[in-house]
Amino acid sequence: MPHLVELENIYKIYHMGDTEVRALDGISLSIDRGEFVAIVGASGSGKSTCMNIIGCLDVPTSGTYRLNEREINNYSNDELAEVRNKMLGFIFQQYNLIPKLSVIENVQLPLMYAGLSEREQRERAITALERVGLADKAKNMPQQLSGGQQQRVSIARALAGDPSVILADEPTGALDSRTGRDVIKFLQQLNREGNTIILVTHDNSIAAQASRIVRITDGKIVYDGPAMGDKIVARQHAAGHEEEGEA
Amino acid sequence: MGLGKSFTMALSSIINNKVRALLTMLGIIIGIAAVIILVSVMNGLTNEITSMFDDFGTTSLTANIMTRSANIEVKPDEVYEFADANPDMYSGVSPQVMVSGQIKLPTSGDDAITSSCSGVSEDYYDIKRLELGFGRFICNVDCDNKSRSAVIGSYQALYLFGTCEDALNKTIKINGIPFTVIGILEEEEDSTQSSSDNAVYIPYTTALQMNGTNRVNTYIVDAADDSVVDEAKAKLESFLLEKIGDDDFYNVTSLKVMIDAMTNVMGKMTMVLVAIAGISLLVGGIGIMNIMLVTVSERTREIGIRKALGAKHRHIMTQFVMESGVVSCIGGIIGIIIGSAFAMLAGKALGMAVRPSTGAITIAFCVSVGIGIIFGFLPARKAARLNPIDALRSE
Repeated sequence: MPHLVELENIYKIYHMGDTEVRALDGISLSIDRGEFVAIVGASGSGKSTCMNIIGCLDVPTSGTYRLNEREINNYSNDELAEVRNKMLGFIFQQYNLIPKLSVIENVQLPLMYAGLSEREQRERAITALERVGLADKAKNMPQQLSGGQQQRVSIARALAGDPSVILADEPTGALDSRTGRDVIKFLQQLNREGNTIILVTHDNSIAAQASRIVRITDGKIVYDGPAMGDKIVARQHAAGHEEEGEA
Repeated sequence: MGLGKSFTMALSSIINNKVRALLTMLGIIIGIAAVIILVSVMNGLTNEITSMFDDFGTTSLTANIMTRSANIEVKPDEVYEFADANPDMYSGVSPQVMVSGQIKLPTSGDDAITSSCSGVSEDYYDIKRLELGFGRFICNVDCDNKSRSAVIGSYQALYLFGTCEDALNKTIKINGIPFTVIGILEEEEDSTQSSSDNAVYIPYTTALQMNGTNRVNTYIVDAADDSVVDEAKAKLESFLLEKIGDDDFYNVTSLKVMIDAMTNVMGKMTMVLVAIAGISLLVGGIGIMNIMLVTVSERTREIGIRKALGAKHRHIMTQFVMESGVVSCIGGIIGIIIGSAFAMLAGKALGMAVRPSTGAITIAFCVSVGIGIIFGFLPARKAARLNPIDALRSE
């Protein structure tokens, strides 16, 4: 079976004056349907660039990117917008809700750009809000909600379009650790329901919640395998247990 | 995404920023109001002048024969015959023979008024739309008999007799010849020498006799109605050419042609004034563009979010062009209302009927929408071309 996400020898090179910065230095990566993958790396490692390319927000300097068997590296801006709209759901660190739109209008946004009728937009938005348990807040404005609720609204927005891949970029970064854990649990639940989730984070303990870890350092993949196989994660995990044992 | 949706989006964005939207609109409001005021006042002025001319009869044609050569003559009977032969084109003919007269009472000594007396016929009354206060106008029998009857204006009547009524059937002397006053014209203005109330009409045959000639050099011919004036003028000209044989020796002038020329000039003046007022519309448009550029940079993050969620180039374009279009359109409507109000106030102040025309309002509205779209285009394109990653990163 072909892979859902397939990166083949992806390079992203920026030129800053005379120096050449290789944000991605030959990355090859495949992700299948139903996986929960965490892309981990320190800031500046290239994980965000990688996520932008997977999210069709950016195009690689060279290499091939196939999403759903479609080779999208030559797509025009409008075609990329279409791919983002139909196949991808974004969850951002800063929630990125539009403050002057109500909760339901925010969730409707991708459906509106997909050209659905107003009625269908509303129905699907309500369904998505029900899934995150915020249907009663549909008419509220985003700033009336707590951070965790806002992040759930953004999850609902990502779900509303029924995407092939959900991309979560540091989804817990702006939340306290408890709410952050709730969000991760919710993502795990979504994964169990069959959604493909790609989580980008610098936080190893968050990454450990995924079933597979891709560690990026200096634009290269240094580890790709089960979460527990990653040395750093395993060590942290062990340390965590020790702490628990001591307590 | 439908246009209706982007319209409501634009509207709510404007409502969220009322003060800014109002300031943005100000240029358009002033520009549109200025155009509406100018067009309305100029139209009012043109109508005023035209209706003034209308009182004199816009259908009348004046034929002047300018030769003293003995063998060239256009006799009154020939002109009457010509007009009678074309009843659907001409509704009246009157010769006009001017006599400069010293007018006084038979009894008074040197106390005379110098007036220019017009020798005319019966039709003159209708052609020039005169109004009688008392008595009757000159009729064809007077002309046939070369009767010494005179119709005088209220200036002469008041000067010689004190009241208009007293003048009727009294005798006056014109250049020493006694005339009976058979009619007095209605007072039109203020009965002064310089007004249209200074008038003396006598039968043209009598006037010819007083001038010691039998040549009529001026005919007033009335076209049947407004629509045939040009045709009637041409036909009269060809009649005269046939009679005289040289178009240097006559001319035919028409009041309507003069009015048309004047209306044309007023129209051009209006255009120039509107063009000047239009500059403020241009400035208003630039104001809109300016604010829209600010709006776009303020909302860069929002644009980034929208693009990340799948908004295409045209979606973002529509959103911002719609927004500036709606701002400008609301400004236009406010400008139309203010302009119409001021135009009517100006009309009251000037004592004319000033009414903003629907044409001017329609054009003003379309122009304001157009300005919004044109000047919103550049900022909208800037927004639509934003790179989604950079836009998402901006604060």
